[in-house]
Amino acid sequence: MKKLKSAREIPIGTAIEDAGCSREYHTGSWRNFRPIHDKEKCVNCLTCWIYCPDGCVQVKDGKVVEFDLKYCKGCGICAEECPAKGKAITMVPEEKKE
Amino acid sequence: MPRVAAMTGNNAVAESMRQINPDVVAAYPITPQTELSEEFAEFVANGKVDTEYVTVESEHSAMSACIGASAAGSRVLTATSSAGFALMWEMLPIASGTRTPVIMTVVNRAFSAPINIHCSHDDTMGGRDAGWIQLYSENSQEAYDNMIQAVRIGEDMSVRLPVMVAMDGFIISHAVERLELLDDESVKKFIGPYQSVNPLLDTKKPVTYGALALQDYYMESKWQQSAALLNSKAKILEVAAEYKKLTGRSYGLFENYKLDDAEVAIVIINSAAGVAKMVVDELREKGIKAGVLQPRVYRPFPHEEIREALKNIKAIAIMDRTDAFGAGGTPTFTEVTSALYGLTNPPKVINYVYGLGGRDIRVEDIHGVYQRLTEIAKTGKTGKMFEYLGVRK
Repeated sequence: MKKLKSAREIPIGTAIEDAGCSREYHTGSWRNFRPIHDKEKCVNCLTCWIYCPDGCVQVKDGKVVEFDLKYCKGCGICAEECPAKGKAITMVPEEKKE
Repeated sequence: MPRVAAMTGNNAVAESMRQINPDVVAAYPITPQTELSEEFAEFVANGKVDTEYVTVESEHSAMSACIGASAAGSRVLTATSSAGFALMWEMLPIASGTRTPVIMTVVNRAFSAPINIHCSHDDTMGGRDAGWIQLYSENSQEAYDNMIQAVRIGEDMSVRLPVMVAMDGFIISHAVERLELLDDESVKKFIGPYQSVNPLLDTKKPVTYGALALQDYYMESKWQQSAALLNSKAKILEVAAEYKKLTGRSYGLFENYKLDDAEVAIVIINSAAGVAKMVVDELREKGIKAGVLQPRVYRPFPHEEIREALKNIKAIAIMDRTDAFGAGGTPTFTEVTSALYGLTNPPKVINYVYGLGGRDIRVEDIHGVYQRLTEIAKTGKTGKMFEYLGVRK
């Protein structure tokens, strides 16, 4: 476990001096539902990429590749907004993901 | 060269603000502070200061803008009263928690209801635990002097806390008094240039303000803030000593008025302390050993020093221009009695609520209190501990 800093070691006013430190906070552990991507149905409109509040939709050459599960909270906004016929993203309960 | 002027409390504070020449002021007018913010707006409009004046839509926004501007890296002042202070409430602990040294004049006014525009200390006494340094002022001169010292205290690298400067609404804010003002150059030299800590506008060193801190860091953050406030006492005295060299006017944690050999004493803040001191002079002429302890620094509260100053007094009346409804006495009463706790032969204490909503505290009223104290000192019997002074029942 990471050693916590003392009150004398932290910056005053609890300012955070390291930019981008939310990378260290793995919100993926909150997830109950996992987004499952269907490449066949996906039209790569990137609506999910626009809506994802955590920037978890990984895109390469204009195409959706995968979801970054380290940060995906399973909120389901991507699945809700997906305009593809028959939905290219479905939310599956974590315990049934296999 | 110092100037002698006739000014209201609001004029005097506006003048101190002109001389401080802050980077940002965000304020919303409210009686009895209105004249102050109007006058400062005039300085801005006439190019007398370099200040960015943010005309906000409420006091909640005023304090938010102040915190943001301070975090951005600028010297920030504001002012408010009563309900405006209450509307800032959410932001007050954010200013102290983010350690942004905003300086705010509070022109004391009663809380509603019933609506009343005159003086009670409900606002600043209500906000005494918001983590700000609090300085109280008897008159325009003290309000002016406290403002200039507040900048140095709050911005000091060992402190970095917001500071409130309180003065009585109407009684001081609207009454013309003689006072001595410093020249602009002396004020500029005394306060020095603003030094920022982690300014948001430094794009080469990006920082985050006001982020989440949960079970792992919240307590460390609060301990750090608490220690800074407690430790500010030394800096407050250091700044006062330096200010005395400049002006000849001396300030401490509280004023000890003829307490050293006193048998009876009143503890009282702001303008009414002037009346009490006058009564003490009258009583001393009759051979009655009376004194006054007038707190100036209310946060951090100088417990040890007050215990030392009061320990040999026989009977003390602690008087507040506010009530702490349902508590075991008014705010200053609970502070002072906790300071006296542990003494083997502590003074007898009584507690008065006086002057609410601007009701006059008359010379006869104070004489009456000293008379009762003399009786208590003689008999050792306190009688009723908590009382509203001069209320029709």
